[in-house]
This record gives sequence, structure tokens and C-alpha cells, in this order.
Amino acid sequence: MSKPKLLILFSFLLLAVILIVLPHGLSYSQREILVFLTINILVVSSYRLLTLTGEWSLGHIVMMGVGAYGSALYTKELGVPVPISMVLGALTAGIIAWGLSFPLFRMKGFYFLIGSFAAGEIIRLLWKRFRDPFGGPKGIKRIDPFPDIDLGFVRIDFFDPVNYYYFALIIVVLCLVILWRIEKSMIGLTFHAVHWQDKLAESTGVNVRAYRTLALVISATFAGLAGTLLAHYIGTVNPNVFDIEQMVFVLTWAIVGGTTTIYGPIIGCIILTALNEIVLREMGLEQGRPLVYGLILIASVLFMPKGLEDVVKKVIDWIKLHVLTGRIKNV
Amino acid sequence: MSDILIVSNLGKQFGGIKAVDGLSFAVREGDIHGLIGPNGAGKTTTFNLVSGFYKPTHGSVKLFDEEISGLRMHHVAKKGVIRTFQHSTLFAELTVLDNVLVGTHMMFKPSLTAAFLGRERQSRAKAIGRANEVLEFFGLQAFVDQLAGELSHGHQRALGMAVAMASQPKILLLDEPFTGMNPEETQTMMGLMGKLRDTGITLLLVEHDMTAIMGLCDRITVMNFGKLLTEGKPLEIRNHPDVIEAYLGKQKNAT
Ligand SMILES: Nc1ncnc2c1ncn2[C@@H]1O[C@H](COP(=O)(O)OP(=O)(O)OP(=O)(O)O)[C@@H](O)[C@H]1O
Ligand SMILES: [Mg+2]
Repeated sequence: MSKPKLLILFSFLLLAVILIVLPHGLSYSQREILVFLTINILVVSSYRLLTLTGEWSLGHIVMMGVGAYGSALYTKELGVPVPISMVLGALTAGIIAWGLSFPLFRMKGFYFLIGSFAAGEIIRLLWKRFRDPFGGPKGIKRIDPFPDIDLGFVRIDFFDPVNYYYFALIIVVLCLVILWRIEKSMIGLTFHAVHWQDKLAESTGVNVRAYRTLALVISATFAGLAGTLLAHYIGTVNPNVFDIEQMVFVLTWAIVGGTTTIYGPIIGCIILTALNEIVLREMGLEQGRPLVYGLILIASVLFMPKGLEDVVKKVIDWIKLHVLTGRIKNV
Repeated sequence: MSDILIVSNLGKQFGGIKAVDGLSFAVREGDIHGLIGPNGAGKTTTFNLVSGFYKPTHGSVKLFDEEISGLRMHHVAKKGVIRTFQHSTLFAELTVLDNVLVGTHMMFKPSLTAAFLGRERQSRAKAIGRANEVLEFFGLQAFVDQLAGELSHGHQRALGMAVAMASQPKILLLDEPFTGMNPEETQTMMGLMGKLRDTGITLLLVEHDMTAIMGLCDRITVMNFGKLLTEGKPLEIRNHPDVIEAYLGKQKNAT
């Protein structure tokens, strides 16, 4: 195997080991945060798929909510077993996004942004307004947890955050692989084309509207799946979990991390969550989280417009240049 | 030869301006057909109407016997009518190869399931093959990995045509393909257009470079103020008094 390939393989192995060992070095509450972080990585990564087409939505977090509410209701009202309800919840988010695409894609850019916000708020209003089946402002409680898995010699209880973390991690990694494949495929290329020059794309036969819709639906489906992961972990959902403040957090992760690479938003999410949990919580400043996020957002736009991913890119370039070509001077 | 494109009584109004005003002409299959006229005559607007970028105020555009006016741009493209843009319009942030790959979109329609499963290798290899063929034809194979935005102006024009060509048009609408090219590049490009015609592609060409137009075209349509001025073979057009007047104003009697 060539040197770069070995290095990549080694990095991935190292990452896998870290991800597996990680929860064991944490306190109980930190483990819970780790679960949320894992879920949020899927939220922000699926958001990025939409941004590939150049559209930024403010309704993404509500799509996560549609998945969460959907899966919760399918289990509670219809008695669908949990793993299946999660798939159905995710698909529901995709279908709702598809329906919303008709009014929303009459708009572009800023208008789309505002339109997506309005669409999301309407859905949230419906949740609040209709006690049956959505539970009104208090939402849905006592959602079925993910069922225990009995392997005979060992029983996996998903109430334990470590177990649920492993479960969420597997799902999220699988989703990231799929998102990555889509981006690297001809469909991903077409998304980029639609973003940079929709006129030219359309003139060579690309149905621009259909591709915008496709990106919206895929991103909503994965957001919905993230929502189901959340719902069956915390056991309760309510409209405030998916409000604009949460959306701003997602936006901040994406912008601070950068959206030109697949790892940008993930890094943004990890760093800001760490900052939030370690620095703010320790200092008792949790209430000021929106303010701090706002400041970080402004600072990163001003001083780091290319996002954290740019720093990583530079490190990778440095490694390529110095380590892989062996040009380090052994003076 | 039959007519591949028939434009009749086509009109487009922007507010008070009649950019195209009752224009009729036909393009014969296999020809290089010139569409010329002074600045603001309505040539680009005509392209926009034929390609579905604008909906006409009135009139009809037919591809052979089929009405195509009012169809959306990607539908018109699927019928085999592909246009380029007057101002270099490219995916500047993508590589030269990726630009042309987007052009192969209709030939190798991407599949979502293939993308999900990572099973795209075959169709992608074919698309890349097609793209490289086209890039080679336009002499761009040396630049495949460069960003389109970093190319020289002449190469950008050529890439615009390559993207269009990659989608296997029946008729190619080229809006001022020679602007920004130096004389040698223009010469080469003229040669390539002759070759394109030989492969059976019909070309409709808007161009201000009269040497190129006169040298290339089988027939020429002249428009002025959105209307048809005259039509004919290059020699007829070159010496037509109305055309000279439209281009040079009233100085035609000066010599
Ligand atoms: N989108 C538009 N809105 C308003 N007016 C327009 C629009 N597009 C074109 N026009 C007007 O229509 C007329 C014809 O323009 P067009 O671009 O078709 O001319 P042209 O023959 O391509 O000129 P040129 O040789 O300079 O490219 C001009 O008066 C122009 O100002
Ligand atoms: Mg023009």
C-alpha cells in the first residue's frame, strides 16, 4: 500500500478507536451531550446537502421535528414498532419537504430563506394548535424508547447513553457515507451546477427545479431521521425543541465550520458544542448561549469567512507537502 | 434539405420595447446559418425565445414539425436545441472536466440509487469518455483539471461551446462565439465549426465578426429593430444596400 493510503487508513482507524473509547472517559451528563452531538452532526451535515444547490433554508430544524413527531405518533397512535417508525418518520419529513417545495421554489435566495422560515413556523403552529394528535404546546410525552436488544448473553439497553451513542453513531456514520456518495456522484455535480449557473445548467437539459427539490427532500429526510433519533432518546418532543433559536445554532455550526467540505459543518458542530458544554456551562453562562453564538457567528464571518475547514485544509496540505513527500529537513 | 427550425411571426415585448417584432425565418438542416444585425437588433432575445429562456409574447418556433415555443428551457434542450450565452457563462468554480460533464447530463442521466449505493463507476466512466472526446475536439484537453474561471477568455468561449456540444445537440445556437478570441483562435474555431457541420449538426450563429460570418455561413438572416431585414447567401447579403445602411447608417453613398 502506498504511503498516503496507509496514512489515511491509519487516521480512520485512529478516529474509530477514539469514537469507540470516547464515552467511557466521560461523566453521565457528558455522555448524554455526546448523544446529542452525534445527532446534531447528522442535522448539520444534511443541511449542507441543501446548501450545495445554493439555497439556505430556515426550516431545516422543523423538518427534524417532523421526523421526531412523525415517529413518535406512529408508535403511539398506530402501534408501529420503533425501528420502523423511525424510517417512516424520516420519510414523512421528506414528503412534507416535497410538498413545501412547490410554493418555496417559486422563490430563490433571500426570499426562499424567508419563505422556508414561514413554512416552518406554520408547521410549528399546527403542532401547538392541535392538541390531538400533536399534544399542543407541551408536545408529546412518554415516547417509546428504542427497544432493548437481547442477544442472549448480553442485553443492550438503549436507555444507557453509551449504548444509544453507539447506536446513533452507526446510523449517523451510515448516513454520512450516503450523503458523501451523493455529493461525489453525478447528482452532486448537478447540484453544484445548479448552484453556480442555473441558466447554463438548464440550457444543457438539467431540470433545475427538480434538482433543487431533490436536494431539499434528501436533506429533509436525513434531518427527519436525526429527529427520530432524538425523539426516541429523550422520550418527549415539543414545538420549542425545533424553534428558530435551534435553527440559528445549526446555521452557526455550518457557517463557522464552512460548507465547502463535508467535514466543515461537522467540525463547526463539534467545536461549538465543546465550547458550549465545557466553557459556557463551567462558567455558568448557559443562558447567554444565543448571545455567545451570535458573537461567534459575526466574528467568524468577519475574521474567518472560509470557516474552520480552511484551517484543516491547510493542515492537510502541510502534511501532504512535508510528511508524505518526506521533505522534512533532518538538520 | 428540410427545415430544422422554423420561426414564424415571433415577438417579444419588454415594457414598451419590441425587442423582437414579428420575426420569421427558417434554418435548413445541416446548414451553418448566420443571424446578424446591429447592436440591440434583437438577436440574443431571439435565442432566448427559441431556447425557452423567455416565453414569446406571440408567434411560434418549430423544431421540424413540433411546436417548441413556450416550453421550459430544459425541455427544449431535450428536444436537441442547445444554446450558448453571449457573455461567457460557465461553472467558473468547477473544473473544465466537470463543466463538460454537466453537459453530458442528458446522455448519462444520473441515478439516485446508483449514487446511494456507490454504483456509478460505469456510467461515469462513459460520461468522462464523452467529455474528453469533446474537450479534445475543442483543443482543451490540456486544461481538464483547471478551474473554468481561470481559463483565458478565448478558452472560456471554447469551453462554453464544449459544454453545449457535450449534450449532443441537433441544432446549436451560438451567441457571438468569437468575441475575446484572437485571430488565430478564431481561425481554428471556424475550422471546428465546419467540422461540426460535417458531422450533421446544424449551427445558428450570431456574430459581429463579418469575415467569420461570410466565410462560414451557408445562409444569413439579417435583422434590425427586431424585424427581419433580409435573408440570403453571404454574397447577396454583403452587397445588399439595406444591410449596408443598417450597419453603416446613411454613408453608403459616400464612395
Ligand atoms: N430582459 C430585457 N429587459 C428589457 N429589455 C431588454 C431585455 N433584453 C433585451 N432587451 C432590449 O431588447 C433589445 C434587443 O436586445 P438584444 O440583446 O436581443 O440585442 P442583440 O441583437 O443581441 O444585441 P447585441 O449585438 O448588442 O448583443 C435591446 O433594446 C435591449 O435593450
Ligand atoms: Mg446579443
